[in-house]
Amino acid sequence: MTAACPACVGMPMPENIPVGLALQFSLPTIHCAACIGKIERGLAQLNGVTRVRVNLSLKRVSIAGPVDPERALQALKDLGFEAYALDAKALVSAQDTKGRGLLIRLAVAGFAMMNVMLLSVAVWSGAQDATRDLFHLISAMIALPTVAYAGRPFFTNALSALRVGRLNMDVPISLAILLAAGMSLFEVLNGGHHAYFDAALSLTFFLLIGRYLDHQTRTAARSAAKELSALEMHTAQVVVDGKTKTTSVEDLRVGDVVMVPTGERVPVDGMLASQTALLDRSLLTGESAAAGVQQGAQLQAGEINLAAPLILTATVDGTDTSLRRMAALVETAENGRNRYTSLADRAAQIYAPAVHLLALCAFVGWVVVNGDVRHALNVAIAVLIITCPCALGLAVPAVSTSAISKLYSLGFLVKHATALERLAEVDHVVFDKTGTLTLPAHVDVSGLSISQQAIAAALAQASSHTWSKALLSAVPDVPTVSLEGIKEDIGNGVSATFDNQSVALGRGAWLGAAFTGLGLKIATDPALSLQTSEYLRAGVTDAIKTINLPCEMVTGDDEDPARIIANALRIDFTAQARPEDKLHRLDSLKDDGRKVLMVGDGLNDTAALASAFASVAPSTALDASRNAADVVILKESFQNIPLLLRVARMTRHLSRQNFVIAALYNCIAVPIALLGFATPLAAALAMSASSITVLINAQRMRFVK
Amino acid sequence: MNVLVILIPVSLILGGCGLIAFLWTIRSDQYDDSRGNAARILLDDE
Repeated sequence: MTAACPACVGMPMPENIPVGLALQFSLPTIHCAACIGKIERGLAQLNGVTRVRVNLSLKRVSIAGPVDPERALQALKDLGFEAYALDAKALVSAQDTKGRGLLIRLAVAGFAMMNVMLLSVAVWSGAQDATRDLFHLISAMIALPTVAYAGRPFFTNALSALRVGRLNMDVPISLAILLAAGMSLFEVLNGGHHAYFDAALSLTFFLLIGRYLDHQTRTAARSAAKELSALEMHTAQVVVDGKTKTTSVEDLRVGDVVMVPTGERVPVDGMLASQTALLDRSLLTGESAAAGVQQGAQLQAGEINLAAPLILTATVDGTDTSLRRMAALVETAENGRNRYTSLADRAAQIYAPAVHLLALCAFVGWVVVNGDVRHALNVAIAVLIITCPCALGLAVPAVSTSAISKLYSLGFLVKHATALERLAEVDHVVFDKTGTLTLPAHVDVSGLSISQQAIAAALAQASSHTWSKALLSAVPDVPTVSLEGIKEDIGNGVSATFDNQSVALGRGAWLGAAFTGLGLKIATDPALSLQTSEYLRAGVTDAIKTINLPCEMVTGDDEDPARIIANALRIDFTAQARPEDKLHRLDSLKDDGRKVLMVGDGLNDTAALASAFASVAPSTALDASRNAADVVILKESFQNIPLLLRVARMTRHLSRQNFVIAALYNCIAVPIALLGFATPLAAALAMSASSITVLINAQRMRFVK
Repeated sequence: MNVLVILIPVSLILGGCGLIAFLWTIRSDQYDDSRGNAARILLDDE
């Protein structure tokens, strides 16, 4: 656990929690009222806790007061909940002021709309002369300040688009709102019959709903992604004068001596100062076997230290590690992806000029026909209002909000705004192997007697190689024996003496046997071979069977392990692929006109994830890979990947259907408006009906199976 | 029609009260955890 700010390091423990910044823990397993009660009651008893609040939607608990984070974490674990500390600093920046602002504007617009609508109903049902003018005046007093306040998001967007000489959806919207309000004011002051205040306000209200939903989908995904990165403590152990000190990775400088404990990630690129080390490089290279290295070897950030704690000398600054350079690479690739034009933007590109042209034609036409500018302007405004920009503004956000919340409950985090639309078009899937299709080793110990298992377990305890860990988990109940003179030959195996006999566990070749896999050798008996395998991630077989798209596997691992997995799944594969080879494969698929979905987790997949048409990463993936992916899978199982694609296709389908509904309304309403028959009542009806139809249609997303 | 002079301000004030109450609920973070709020109703207060 680290202090919350660098300046706090070294202070006594209770003081180093800054006041006001509550401790945050992620609790992935909470799901009901009983969990809330248990956690809040349990933590309230801790020393120093002033306030505990569980957030069930975000699956988080925040604890205020001078509490030792370690003890809080332990208390949560004692209560029986899986808990992970979150970096409070990373979360603070995630607070959503923009969303709150939109919600307040929405409330103000809704309030004003209701009141003006009440007054308008009185006018529509036949209020005359002085009463009508009074009602119109009161409406104006409510509507004008509301439009000025609540409509500001549209006005600023429209202005910034006009400034660079472009038209976006907000231009006709702003024009409709402003003209409707302005013209109505003019009519009211001159004792006119029709005022469009209610139309201007309901337009603002419905469009703000669309804007809020749109914002909601983006931030929900973004803040969850922030939580994922807040899970990783970006700290390192620096050795100064023989003592270790915790600092943040950004503060590391060239020449710093860094200690990496067993099982931790290497925080910065550097040169190995310890004699030997054993590293898991699978995230960077895709190799499943651990790599042994000697003093002086280059280590890269992101590798995991499997053996004893190691010391390295940093060769770059903390801000310049290969991991971060990779992240920068990803950003450039993402900019390319941002060139994808979303459905809503494409609709706006057709819609905005068409509406302006139509309104202008109506105006010019009526001026020519009867020379009455005031009447012509009224018709033009009716056209602008009645073309229902609100249905168009709601069409996509309403659907994607319900799609994203459905996917979140299925364990998918949609990170990119256009991800669903791109996923809907995917027609080819490329998988990475290690860490994606497969999870690390499983050791088959069924061929060993109990005493042999005990010796193997005792040897395995001495090492932290993936195979050793897997062996230990395969023999959980066997009592281990005590060994003497344990020696680990990094990258090969462990040897020791038991009952004056030499025993060894390790690679076949190292034991002098004919096989290459893992083996156990006791005294002078021939070495026993232990079957090791990576096991397939849950749901992978089902997913590939039901996905109905051509699938293939591209891996950095060797030919043999790759073939076993590919044959089991009956898909094509490419082995020993370097990151560039993966990229090359994706490019050649792209040249064939394929739209590729890349599923991968390692650093070697990052470039491929970023350049693929769409990409998915499991939550165990490296930070950089998760950043590069469009969708992060929070569950371990891949079973729902076909469902993800189905939801994406349904999103596209429903969005298009919504556009069609909006267009149908226009087909009926626009001719009426053009002929000058549209009253404010007709405008209000057309607008509300189309918006509500579109919102209800979006709810059909619930029924996707 | 003179009754309108009283009724319209009354309706506006009542609506305004609703608006102010809603703004207060936004400012005090009451929409941050809709699932949790639904579950909390089942908790027994000790």
